[in-house]
Amino acid sequence: MIEIRIHGRGGQGAVIASKILASAFFKEDKYVQSFPTFGVERRGAPVAAFIRVDDQQILVRSQIYKPDDIIVLDPTLIDAVDVTQGLKPGGWILINTTREPIEFTGLQEFRVATVDASGIAAKHGLGSKAHPIVNTAILGAFARVTGLVKLESILEAITEEVPFARKANVEASKEAFRSVKLITDVPLKSGSKP
Amino acid sequence: MKKVMMGNHAVSYGARLSRVDVIAAYPITPQTQIVEELSELCADGKLDAKFIKVESEHSAMASCMGASAAGGRAFTATSSQGLALMHELLHFSSGGRLPIVMANVNRALGPGWNIWTEQTDSLAQRDTGWLQFYCENNQEVLDTVIMSYKIAEQLSLPVMLVLDAFILSHTYEIVDIPDQKLIDSYLPPYKPEIKMDVDNPHAFGALVTPDHYYEIRYKLQESMDRAPEVARKAGEEYGELVGRPYDIVEPYLLDDADVVIVAAGTLVSNSRAVINEYREKGIKVGLLKLRMFRPFPTKRVRELLAGKRKIAVIDRNISFGATGIFYQELKAALYGQDNGAGLPNIFGFIIGLGGRDVTLEDIAEIVDYTLEKEKNEEDIIWMGLKR
Repeated sequence: MIEIRIHGRGGQGAVIASKILASAFFKEDKYVQSFPTFGVERRGAPVAAFIRVDDQQILVRSQIYKPDDIIVLDPTLIDAVDVTQGLKPGGWILINTTREPIEFTGLQEFRVATVDASGIAAKHGLGSKAHPIVNTAILGAFARVTGLVKLESILEAITEEVPFARKANVEASKEAFRSVKLITDVPLKSGSKP
Repeated sequence: MKKVMMGNHAVSYGARLSRVDVIAAYPITPQTQIVEELSELCADGKLDAKFIKVESEHSAMASCMGASAAGGRAFTATSSQGLALMHELLHFSSGGRLPIVMANVNRALGPGWNIWTEQTDSLAQRDTGWLQFYCENNQEVLDTVIMSYKIAEQLSLPVMLVLDAFILSHTYEIVDIPDQKLIDSYLPPYKPEIKMDVDNPHAFGALVTPDHYYEIRYKLQESMDRAPEVARKAGEEYGELVGRPYDIVEPYLLDDADVVIVAAGTLVSNSRAVINEYREKGIKVGLLKLRMFRPFPTKRVRELLAGKRKIAVIDRNISFGATGIFYQELKAALYGQDNGAGLPNIFGFIIGLGGRDVTLEDIAEIVDYTLEKEKNEEDIIWMGLKR
């Protein structure tokens, strides 16, 4: 089973991102489960959403405490909340930021990838300059970085799940797929994924 | 057609496939999306039903009662405080023999104000004459809405189906939406023998003196006594048509089990995962899932648990001053059922009140406790309590 956690701020679309990602995996005949932080959301406050993926029916219904990979929709969350809490060593942490992966010196235990999803979303007219909607873009980068799901499945899921500006969302996702930066030479600890 | 769908929308689609005529509801977290979706389906013309906006849950049930008495198929959904506010009319609707179906999203009652899952809200309505079914996953939620009408209309009694707040209501998973034609053949239009009819006027809800009231109560209980068999058949027939059979209680790896977990709702799903782990280690743990809680499936429970030595009942609820409610009911069902095989030791665990997360490790701890102890030492074993 693979468990993924998405960090965002209320209103950024973390929950929709989790649903799109779940739908993308479903298209590849996986069993999926996705859910938001159970509670009351406030705009701008840190939120999280979760996805489980497996080849067999998913029975576990508790929260996710030890995710395999993490997506961070808002770079300011890196300092605001412990985004790597429980992340398995060698797990991917994909961050929406203009910075290079190598600059995140505190995350050496993990595999870091960065993509300017805000810039890409703004360029494609998603949301506003001040509040770009980055959830579809970053999923393209996720497909590239983790190799867990095909870009085509992500794009298909976006087309089905996003109520408007489908083409712009698809293009943003493709651009993020192409432009994501990653460090691949991080030494992996024993027991972690290849 | 399979779709990734949240539990709340699984309820909405179940109601749509049941071709409900009237929906009356008042929003409350975590149920709101059920009626939001239904409201949209009505507005878009995808569901030919009357959606009645009301000012309270009490009025929602009152509207459903009117619709049902007039021969319509009525639906509502609520949760927690909303269900509590309906309480008076829960008695009224069952006494009126109205086959209304309601989805209740299990949520803790305040104060302390809490929107997370707990079973006490629905279990507190156990004496109202409503049937109750508890669901384990979103697929079962959708299927149970449809089966609920089948059962309710045969018995002329209302049915409540129950799903866990957030763990099902807000969680997306794969749900197969059955073909409308299949459901139409399973669930024909509702045609009551007696209904409010302006061309054939009758009085409804009139004064009933002690001369007759007692017998009316007896008849309600008689229908309740028929419910397990009616529900079992409804689940079997649904299985034949749609490919997913359901029963009122469902055993899992029960036959050779040294320890049997008894649970309802999503605690069942977590328990299955833990049982699989124990079985891999050669430890014989099994499960009895309670789908139906009212009427309590006493006969089946007695048959299935005959000769078992240790039973762990997991309650995400409490009857203050007593114990967990499933624990009480199970003990009552098994009392005096020795039959020479010896009575089982029944352990009552309370866990996860107010939505505190229940992990697989928590369930494993329950199993280990039950394996280790010879006898039940206390009526409530509090799991994860901060003392």
